[in-house]
Amino acid sequence: MAAGSTYTPIATTTLGSAQTTISFTSISGSYTDLVLVLNIAGVSNAGELLRFQVNSDTGSNYSATSLANDGNTAASGRISGSTWAYFGGDNQGVKTGTSLATAQFMNYSNATTYKTVLTRFNQAADSVGSVVNLWRSTSAITSIQVFLNTAKTYTFSSGTTATLYGIQAA
Amino acid sequence: MGILGIYASANYPRVTNSYESISTVTVGSGGAASISFSSIPSTYKQLQVRGIGRTTSSSNPIFIQLNSDTTTSNYYSHALYGNGSAAYAQAEGSTYSQYVNYFPISTDTASAFGAVVIDVLDYQNTNKYKTVRALGGFDKNGGGFAWFNSTLWKNTNAITNITIQPYSGNLAEYSSFALYGIKG
Repeated sequence: MAAGSTYTPIATTTLGSAQTTISFTSISGSYTDLVLVLNIAGVSNAGELLRFQVNSDTGSNYSATSLANDGNTAASGRISGSTWAYFGGDNQGVKTGTSLATAQFMNYSNATTYKTVLTRFNQAADSVGSVVNLWRSTSAITSIQVFLNTAKTYTFSSGTTATLYGIQAA
Repeated sequence: MGILGIYASANYPRVTNSYESISTVTVGSGGAASISFSSIPSTYKQLQVRGIGRTTSSSNPIFIQLNSDTTTSNYYSHALYGNGSAAYAQAEGSTYSQYVNYFPISTDTASAFGAVVIDVLDYQNTNKYKTVRALGGFDKNGGGFAWFNSTLWKNTNAITNITIQPYSGNLAEYSSFALYGIKG
């Protein structure tokens, strides 16, 4: 039966200046799922995918299947053996205006299964998409890193907000 | 340019809210033909099922059943999904009308589990049919599906029972589903 309050904000931030990477570290393993909500105020360079890694893993341990619509075409894409995962479809490069992204890290702290992350990425008047990401590790997720280009030199604009929530099952 | 690091502490002040955990089911050794949430309290406005899983068979589809209603003509589902190569639209009113997601099968990448978030909206309202929506899918590093789904249950009864089951075979060990209630 009900276990009381369940959907808990863990950490939140609003960028006061441009940043190349938004990171959440030392994530408690006491929840069942994590939900990350990003409200991107802008980016320095348009066109890059919105990417993420976990546990600072830069190995080829990520893969994903995507589904997205840019207003002209509904398309599905795939990455395999990648060094990063992502929020939107292959045709959803981040624009310089505002955009919204969410990521659901399902059963993130179990030590038995690979980790599946469900993401959505919405850009007003541009595109909508969703991705199923797989991180091929049975380790618990303890940190999340969000970035744009693979060199991590492009920046998120001041005013970008990021909030991490924990959902705890009974 | 800087890297913004945010210390995610378990000691961040907790706040009460209207999203509550009701029940969790984890499949044990040997698998399970289905998982069910029964005697669902009537005190919420919406329900959400969050889960991970895989099947023990050669078939991907996952079904939802409400109030143990197994009559396929009482359901209708629409899906938008992608398989990594193309996007597809699907409508089902008979055999597969209870589709809610796709999970990995027995021969897929070991340890890769599919995931799904299912919203059961206005489940107590006896003046209308019930709508279920789902977001999920799976990836197995070279295959998989991204899946949006909406399912109609053509019944005005309040929902008191939710069953998740694979189209064939069992849910595999370590599959796990949690039911949450959202107050309105």
